Parts: sequence; C-alpha cells; structure tokens
Amino acid sequence: MNQLLAYIPAFPLIGFLILSLFGRKLPKPVIATIGAGTVCIAAIITIVLGVSFLQTPPAGGAFHQLLWSWFKVGKLSIDISLQVDALTLVFIFIITFVGALIHIYSTFFMWHDGDYARFFASMNLFVCAMLLLVMADNLVLLYLGWEGVGLCSYLLIGFWYEVPSNCRAANKAFLITRIGDTALLIGLFLLFRELGTLNIQGILQQAPAHFTTGSANIVLITILLMIGGMGKSAQMPLQTWLPDAMAGPSPVSALIHAATMVTAGVYLIARMHGLFQLSPVTMTIVAIIGACTLLVAGCSALAQTDIKRILAYSTISQIGYMFLALGVGAWSAAIFHFFTHAFFKALLFLAAGVVIEALHHEHNIFMMGGLRKRMPIVFVTFLAGAAALSALPLVSAGFFSKDAILWYSWSAANGNVFLWLMALAGAFITALYSTRLMLVVFWGEPKTPVHEAPAQGMIIPLIVLAFFSVTAGFIEWPHNMMHLTLFSDHVQKVLPETIMKAYLPSEWFFQAIAALVTGAGIYLGYTMYYGKAGVRWQQSPGLASTREFLFSGWKFDQLYNFIFVKPFLFLTRINKSDVIDRMYNGIAQGSLRLSNWFSVSQNGSLRLYIVGVLAGILFIITLQLLL
Amino acid sequence: MTDSAHMVLMVATVLFGLGLIGVLTRKNVVFMLISVEIMLNAAGLAFVAAGSKWQQPDGQVMFLFILAMAAAEVSVGLALVLQIYHQHKTMDVEDLKELRD
Repeated sequence: MNQLLAYIPAFPLIGFLILSLFGRKLPKPVIATIGAGTVCIAAIITIVLGVSFLQTPPAGGAFHQLLWSWFKVGKLSIDISLQVDALTLVFIFIITFVGALIHIYSTFFMWHDGDYARFFASMNLFVCAMLLLVMADNLVLLYLGWEGVGLCSYLLIGFWYEVPSNCRAANKAFLITRIGDTALLIGLFLLFRELGTLNIQGILQQAPAHFTTGSANIVLITILLMIGGMGKSAQMPLQTWLPDAMAGPSPVSALIHAATMVTAGVYLIARMHGLFQLSPVTMTIVAIIGACTLLVAGCSALAQTDIKRILAYSTISQIGYMFLALGVGAWSAAIFHFFTHAFFKALLFLAAGVVIEALHHEHNIFMMGGLRKRMPIVFVTFLAGAAALSALPLVSAGFFSKDAILWYSWSAANGNVFLWLMALAGAFITALYSTRLMLVVFWGEPKTPVHEAPAQGMIIPLIVLAFFSVTAGFIEWPHNMMHLTLFSDHVQKVLPETIMKAYLPSEWFFQAIAALVTGAGIYLGYTMYYGKAGVRWQQSPGLASTREFLFSGWKFDQLYNFIFVKPFLFLTRINKSDVIDRMYNGIAQGSLRLSNWFSVSQNGSLRLYIVGVLAGILFIITLQLLL
Repeated sequence: MTDSAHMVLMVATVLFGLGLIGVLTRKNVVFMLISVEIMLNAAGLAFVAAGSKWQQPDGQVMFLFILAMAAAEVSVGLALVLQIYHQHKTMDVEDLKELRD
C-alpha cells in the first residue's frame, strides 16, 4: 500500500501539467475529463488506501513513502516523503472525495466560461498542493503545500480578472494570509533552531524532553504556528479576507474557502498537538480566538444579503468552533467537525452556485424567494445542508460534531463555562441565520424568474453531498447515546484523548440545552422571516446602524484601514520624494557643482594653460627648495 | 671650466625665459611653436653644459634625443597648424577656443 501514496497527489499534478501546457488547444470535453478525471482517480486510490488502512492497520499507525531527497544543507535534510496516518486519511478523503464531486459539478458550472482549461488547471494544482500539505511528513514539505494552496486560492479568487474588484479581493486574500505564512515560517525556523529537525514525527517525539511545559520558547513557537493557522483559517483578527474571497466562482468557494484550504490551520494545530500541549497558554488563546471568531462571524452572517457572503461568514464561524475544540484539547472533536463541515458547507456553496446561476447571477437573497417550488431538488439538498449547519438534533451530521464541541467546551479540562456559553450563543445565531437564509431564498414570493434548470451533472454532486450531510455524523455518537465511535477510535491513534474534568453533570443535560437553543434559533428565525414579516424587519430604521455595523463584518476592514493603511499612506506621502534618494541626489549635485567650478579653467585659452603649467612647475620647484 | 659651465647655464636660462615669454605673449601659433623650439634648445644647451662639466657623454646623448623629438614635434605641430589655418583661416590662438569645455 505504501507505494500508492505518491499517486494520490501525482494524478492532479499530471492533470495540472497537461491542462496548463496544452489546455488552450484541447476541446472542452477532453479538458473536463482530464480535470475531473484525475481528481476522481485520486479519490478512488484514497478509498482503496482507506479501506486497506482500516482493515489491516499498518505498523506504527501510518503508511510511509520516501520518494526522494529534496535537499541537504548542513544537518538539515529534507525529503520528499509522504505519510498517511488516521488524521491525514480524514483530510485526504475529504480533499479527494469532496474535491472530485466539486470538480464534476464544475465541469457543468464552468461550461460556458472561456477559460475552461485555466480553471481546471488551477483547481488540479490546488488539489495537488492541498494533498501535499496534509501528506507531508516534514514541515518544509508541508510549507510547500501551504504556499501552493495560497497561490491557487489567489489564482482562483481572481479567476475573473477582468473585474477590478475581483483582483483586489485576490490580492487581499493573498496579503492577509501572507501575514500568517510569515509567522508560520518564523515558527519553523525557531523549531529547527531548538530541535534540529523539521520532521513531524521527530518534533513530536523530541519536544516533551526538550521543552519544559510553558517555557517562553515553546509558547513563542506555538503562538507563531497558531498565527499561521489563523491566517489560513480566517480566524480573528485575520478573518477579513474570506468574505471578499467569494469573488471567485462558486465551486472554488466550495472547495477552497469552505471544505479544504481554510481548514489547513486546523490541520496544522492538530498535527502539532504535541507542541501545543506543552503550552497551555497558547491552547487557551486558541480556544478564546475560536470562541470570539465564531460569535463575531456568526453575528456578521445575520446581516449579510449576499448569499455567498452569508456562507463565508458561516464558514469562519464554523472554523471558529474547530479552533475552540482544538483549544480545549478536544482534538478529535475538532477534526470530526471539519469532516462533517466539509460536506455540508461544500453542499451549501454548490447549491448557492446553482441558485445564483439560475437567477441570472443574482447574489442578493432578498431578490430571490419562492425557489422551493421551482427548484425542488436544490431546495431539498439545501435544506439538508442548512439543517446540518444549524445542527438540527439527530437528523443532521452537524449535530453530532457540534454537540461534541459544545460538550467538550465545558467538560474538557481546559474548558469553562464562558467558552461553553459563547459556543452556545454561536449555535443560536447559526440556527437563526440558517433559518433566515432558507426562508428568504426558498419561501415567499418569487422576485426573479428562473431562467434555466440546472444540469443533471450539477444536481448529482448535490445529492451525494446532501446524503453525507445527513449521515456523516452517524459514525460517531455521543457517549451517552450509543457506543459507536468509529471516527474517534481511529483518529485518537494519532491525536491524544481529551482530558476531562473530574465531576461533570450528565451529558444529556447539555444535549438538551443545545437542542433547545437550536430550536429557539430556528423558531426566532421563523417568526422574523416567514412571509412578508422578514422584509419589514429588514427595513426597520431603528436597527439600521447595528445592521450596517454587522453587514460590514464588525467594521474590521475600516479598522484595519484606519490602523494600517492610512498611516502607511501617510508615510508614503511624506516619503514621496524618497529620503534615501536625497543622499544620492546630494552626491550627484555636489559633484556637478564642483565640475562647474573647475570647468571655468577649461576656457580654451592656450596662454592660460601655459601659465597654469608654469605655476605648477614653480610651485614644485619652490617646494623642492623649501623642503 | 666651472665658470664657463656656469656661464653656459646662465645663457640657457635666459634662452628658456625668452622662449617662455614668447609662448606667453605671441598670438600667432607659428611663433608660439618657434618659441617652444627655443625652450627645447635651451634645455638641450643645459644638458650639454652639464655633460661637459662632469665629462659624461649622457648630456650629448640627451641632446640628440631632444633634437629627434623636436624634429618629430615640429612636423606634427606644423601639420596641425596647416590644418587649423585651412579650417579657420586664422593663426590667432585667441580665436581658436573651440576645444574649451
């Protein structure tokens, strides 16, 4: 099985190479076959690999494949070498499987686009880079994948580059994630200085002996890694790029900005769990950031009118849940939420893409309405996704994963009542905005005519994802309900078990509260947005300023504009004439002036020259006589 | 012997001074060239006097060098003067200032 590993990222890479080199000359059906086919093959290999992994677990809990040595400098030796353990398996399954569905969907979604080959080339490169990121067995290779996905994200956000705002969004995403990337890189340098290795297994083995718990070094390293994760995963305060990243095509939002790339930060922290456990301070910070992010983003989602921006804020909020879980030490709960979230959020984005396409590129949800009857299949699948997002008890995958996080945010040793309350408030808000989204888009009066029915090929991925959005949770039940924990059984071979508090109230109690809060959120959404009431509430003038505040995402963009952009522009204005250049200009001007002075002597008068020569001779002779 | 050498050196100095004054005061390029020749001959005379004083052949060897150099210099110089006259129709150095900065 070991030698199969390399084929998983290799197929998308081959697809990328073919499409980027010969894409312009190939007919569209061929491009679609190559683009989607390579990812489908990768998905099939992954499933074969996964089945073999579950039936006969490899020695040491991981498949390894050493491809070749990348470089050797001093004692730093980096191999191109892949490793698949249970944690990676979850990620590559999501990347290839959800990725394949999204690619199939894209072949229809992008059919009328002129740059068909460029789209699939970028998507294939993304899948390859993301696979490298999660399969890397050392942090340098991980970083290669990390930058690769950042590049592809940039390319795909700015895919329709004729529109200037799309380019701005792409630049913004690239620059803000770059802040995190820089922190991550510095963290890697520090790790190498401390441990002398960047091999993930090596780091995890050496760290407990090398660092004392809570020492300054380990806190600094973990905080830098955390900032790296925050940038990629759009956590506060680096979250502002993700809503703007919705400028890209819908399948891109589904694949990159919902299912896979934005969870790279979660993967990084989970992968480096050994380091984070040595630094309780960082764990607490991660939990607090997660909790704050999920609330802030959730509130912003309440006020958005663009269907994709609602989903973007909801993605930030859901990743906030994952960070919260990581922070309280509920490692497998975080990964489980990633697992279910990938299905339902990809589903929601793809369904949103169908809706937008059918309504002549209408993004505003208040211009939609009444789609329940006219697009029944999309309605049903969207309902499954929204139910999972709002964690509808027992019938949705989101319930099982989010309930676990809510439970651990109190019951884990690091958890406390405030984190739990924040998570609970987030659950309420999530239910509220999911209900709002559903009611406004699918109920009420039709406002925009549907101009074409979606292609069958776009519907099938929706149905598959909807199926998983409902059922993916059933592999991991809460302990008190059923002893079925397939997911955590395997993941906990890689990630440590959650340390619990000593005395705890019954888990039933928490589940009841969570279910109640979700129900309350849905009910409130129903009363506010069912029928015509929704429109009336939206236009009430008393809340206009609050709505405006939430609509702009808590004014974070304006804040950064004020803190960073304005002072920077001020400095550039001062420095318009370039202070450094002054010095060089001064030297040039000085020599020019000297030249002007001396050029007076070059007046062409032969006699003066001779006098000059004579004066020189006399001067030398005088010197000779005197000295 | 010493006195005559002294006298000859005095003559050479005077000759050199005359040449120099000629270069400085004359406006005509040809006369300036002639003055330069006088200065060269003054230097040659000084060499010969010094050679005869110390009974060395070097002085006369040096004079032969100067003679050869002067011949070459005059031929080039006159050629230049001829060209200058062709192009500018003047021999006055005050009017020939085109090479200034």
